[in-house]
Amino acid sequence: MTMTKKLLTSAVASALMVGAAQAEITDNTVKIGYLADMSGTYRDLAGPNGLAALEMAIKDFGGKVNGAKIEVVSADDRNSPDAASSTVRRWVENDNVDMVAGLVASSVSIAVSKILEENDKLGIVSGSAASSITNEHCTPNHIHYVYDTYPLANGTASAVVKEGGQSWYLLTADYAFGHALEGDVTRVVEENGGEVIGKVRHPFPTQDFSSFILQAQASGADVVGLANAGADTTNAINTASEFGVTQSGQTLAALLLFLTDVHALGAETAQGIQLTTGWYWDMNDETREWSDRFMEETGVRPTMVHAGIYSSTLQYLNAVAATGSDNAQAVREQMMDTPINDMFAKNGRIREDGRMVHDMYLAEVKTPAESSSDWDLYKILRTIPADQAYRPLSESKCDLVNN
Amino acid sequence: MNQPIKSTDIHQSILDDQKSQDRRKMMINGVLLLVLLAAPLAIYPVFLMKILCFSLFAVAFNLLFGFTGLLSFGHAAFLAAGGYTTGYLLSNYSGLGTEMGIIAGTLVATGLGLAFALLSIRRQGIYFAMVTLALAQLVFFFFVQSEFTGGEDGMHGIPRGELFGLVSLEDNLNMYYFVLAVFIACYLLVQRVVGSPFGQVLKAIKQNEPRAVSLGYNVDRYKILAFVLSAALAGLAGSMKSVVFQLASLNDAHWHMSGEVILMTLVGGMGTLLGPVVGATFVVNVEYQLSQGPLRDWVDPILGAIFVLTVLAFRSGIVGEIQKFMRRNLS
Amino acid sequence: MSMIFGVPLAVLSGQLLIGVINGAFYALLSLGLAVIFGLLKIINFAHGAMYMLGALVTVVLFDALGINYWVALFLVPIIVGAFGMLIEYFLLRRIAGQDHIYSLLLTFGVALIIQGVLTNIYGVSGLRYTMPDIFKGGVNLGFMFLPYYRAWVIVAALLVCFGTWFIIEKTKLGSYLRAGTEDSQLMQGFGINVPLLISLTYGFGVMLAAFAGVLAAPIYSVTPVMGSSILIVVFAVVVIGGMGSIGGAIITGILMGVVEGLTKTFYPPASSAVIFLVMVVVLMFRPTGLFGKEA
Repeated sequence: MTMTKKLLTSAVASALMVGAAQAEITDNTVKIGYLADMSGTYRDLAGPNGLAALEMAIKDFGGKVNGAKIEVVSADDRNSPDAASSTVRRWVENDNVDMVAGLVASSVSIAVSKILEENDKLGIVSGSAASSITNEHCTPNHIHYVYDTYPLANGTASAVVKEGGQSWYLLTADYAFGHALEGDVTRVVEENGGEVIGKVRHPFPTQDFSSFILQAQASGADVVGLANAGADTTNAINTASEFGVTQSGQTLAALLLFLTDVHALGAETAQGIQLTTGWYWDMNDETREWSDRFMEETGVRPTMVHAGIYSSTLQYLNAVAATGSDNAQAVREQMMDTPINDMFAKNGRIREDGRMVHDMYLAEVKTPAESSSDWDLYKILRTIPADQAYRPLSESKCDLVNN
Repeated sequence: MNQPIKSTDIHQSILDDQKSQDRRKMMINGVLLLVLLAAPLAIYPVFLMKILCFSLFAVAFNLLFGFTGLLSFGHAAFLAAGGYTTGYLLSNYSGLGTEMGIIAGTLVATGLGLAFALLSIRRQGIYFAMVTLALAQLVFFFFVQSEFTGGEDGMHGIPRGELFGLVSLEDNLNMYYFVLAVFIACYLLVQRVVGSPFGQVLKAIKQNEPRAVSLGYNVDRYKILAFVLSAALAGLAGSMKSVVFQLASLNDAHWHMSGEVILMTLVGGMGTLLGPVVGATFVVNVEYQLSQGPLRDWVDPILGAIFVLTVLAFRSGIVGEIQKFMRRNLS
Repeated sequence: MSMIFGVPLAVLSGQLLIGVINGAFYALLSLGLAVIFGLLKIINFAHGAMYMLGALVTVVLFDALGINYWVALFLVPIIVGAFGMLIEYFLLRRIAGQDHIYSLLLTFGVALIIQGVLTNIYGVSGLRYTMPDIFKGGVNLGFMFLPYYRAWVIVAALLVCFGTWFIIEKTKLGSYLRAGTEDSQLMQGFGINVPLLISLTYGFGVMLAAFAGVLAAPIYSVTPVMGSSILIVVFAVVVIGGMGSIGGAIITGILMGVVEGLTKTFYPPASSAVIFLVMVVVLMFRPTGLFGKEA
């Protein structure tokens, strides 16, 4: 209840501020802070190349907004909420940063969003998976852009059950993210008439999955679901292929896989795995054109997070231009009023809880025969419409939603 | 050359030396105090508080490592225990004053320290380090599994609240002077402890444990006391840190944190009073500055290089080397 | 089906076998640490990084050049071992005779440098090494499917472990080694080049880690940080076995693999913590580990 009170006062305050400070870009500069893991486990999915995507967006926008300069500062969050919050506090309280982009580890995103709320600045979360970021941890000061655990489970699990994968065995990473994904998957599987017949929670991180794969094989389930991420997932898939999981008739379903992970595994090992993604570089001419430019800059194909950083930065700058202000509430409102249809998202829309909902895609990893190059890895099986992919507002625990 | 030196001369010169050293120390401390009081005018207070919290953590660690000769590889457990306890209490019991939350956090860390000490104190050298590491890993496991810590997501939005129901700590400057006061009190406490007869026994244990035993000291009891005191101060550092940042996370409990405090102490100069403070200031600054600049992808290798360089070239640490230099050139 | 504590016997036997395989792996890694500590009194916190280098060099250098697995298995440990000797020569030698703790800090720093630099070059998503054709597939044991490669891992690891133990404990070369590191002046007097002997010993310990790395390359995701989390587990194994005990490291490695395997079956979340629990308990009753000499 103190929370609602705080929200009310901040809403009133911001309403007043919007009135007073509107149509002004403070100190004639729009300053964007890029904060991400630059050296640890999440480096490749956003990291230094995410900064490249951000800078591409600023360049494409023209480098200036309504005559004001656009400046970028960046930092390594070291996957530590402490380090992240001291950096962001300094950015917003001392260095006049208006918007923080990147944001990968959930613990970092949650910590940063609280600071942004206190200081009434804006954050756009592109890398985090936790759906709690716009649920119990929602604030009027951040937007969650690319994906979260809800559509991951929704897309992959319902598709696999509908194709006959009735009984599931789950390998869950034993921390908040894994538990959330496990919960979402279980719900989706059961809703579609399937059943979770067993699960094992493995420590995070785990290198050797043979023991867990063996338990999954012994369970006799149709589907082995991987509710984990990053190196855990790639290690599990490697081991599954070594122990002949798919040959013995079980299906593998990975709930969170990035293009960089699949690239690391290779089509040989990862073939046939179904996954849900928010974007893929080889979907149409628009995505290909942008990805080619990205590859020229960085040498790799972009993940959905890279594309999301580019798209969200452009959306942000457009909103600043339209309102003529860098005030967080004014810009966020403008962004909520503007449907998103660009290279990254189709039917995109930012809801009042800060969740950007857009069409998601169910993809399957190609076989080596189908794949024509190192990065030619997915075929898109079907589109999951925006209004079905994400957690409906009626189930939201966010204080910004009137239920 | 061959003149016999009278022992009284030596005594006198030692006394003089002691006096001039004391005077020098007082002066240094006075200047430092002024700097610390004025610092928030020039430097962002939250950053200063981060330095103070880590300084206190390193001072606590140094009491055990530098003065008693016991290398704990599990001090992260106390930092985290203090932080989580305080965070949990302040988030869930809004009537509780911030000072009570911090005291409770410190007490929990103290209790944990006692448990660690009882289980590890009879182990020697590397085995001692490894038992503390193992115990800290078990504590880490407990924090990962517990609901109340928020697991990997961490504990967020801890209210800073008010001090004694009077002073709002939401204000960064108030918070800073509170943290500074606690820090100085702890620093003086450690200074007192090190200079006391108790501290002399600790040093004797460090230099030659069998001799201390043969002199009739109950060495284990002294070691346990030193360990518990060190754990309590580390817990206090963690408690304050959780209030300052309004969050507590698994990073504080990870064994890398136990390694980092060793680095801070070593870089600053172990076994000196000021060393850990200088070391913590240095390491926190290096990490922060690097993570912002063009070298931000290279923080780890640069920290590694600092490790290597310190061990090879400045084994006495920054303060230790300065002391050596002064002794060589000023006496 | 017969059950033990609610787990089918077949599953349990599978888990035990997996435990032994992982244990052989731990044995190999902890053996290198034990050699380095036992003979040189160096606490090698760069061991995880050396293991990683073994795997990474296999993937980056050898796979790219099309050199086959067997050559890599032989050459990579030598290359990484030589690199280890350079570290010993240029860095560790300078702190010889100092407290153990300095070797720990120095090698920890070296590990941070190596991992950090390679992360910036190769990223963290993992590199792939194609399984050699001869090892593709596996055999059905009735209670589990055993991939050929895992069977090979256990054979190779145990052979190398036993060979090392035999050389150090049972041969003349081994006795020189032990004597040279314990009383270097005496051995110097006998005309043995002790500094070289020390470099070679360190290099050999590193070779063992790199060998484990090559073995790991086809089955684990190869990343510059793959060694950092395994490091303290392996350390725990060595401490439980008794720092410096060669045979102790091997036996404890296998034992801990089995203990971990059983935990993964009965209470999986604790499988990363169980080794530390064992360590605390063992050191309470045996202050210098299971096979350590009394200090």
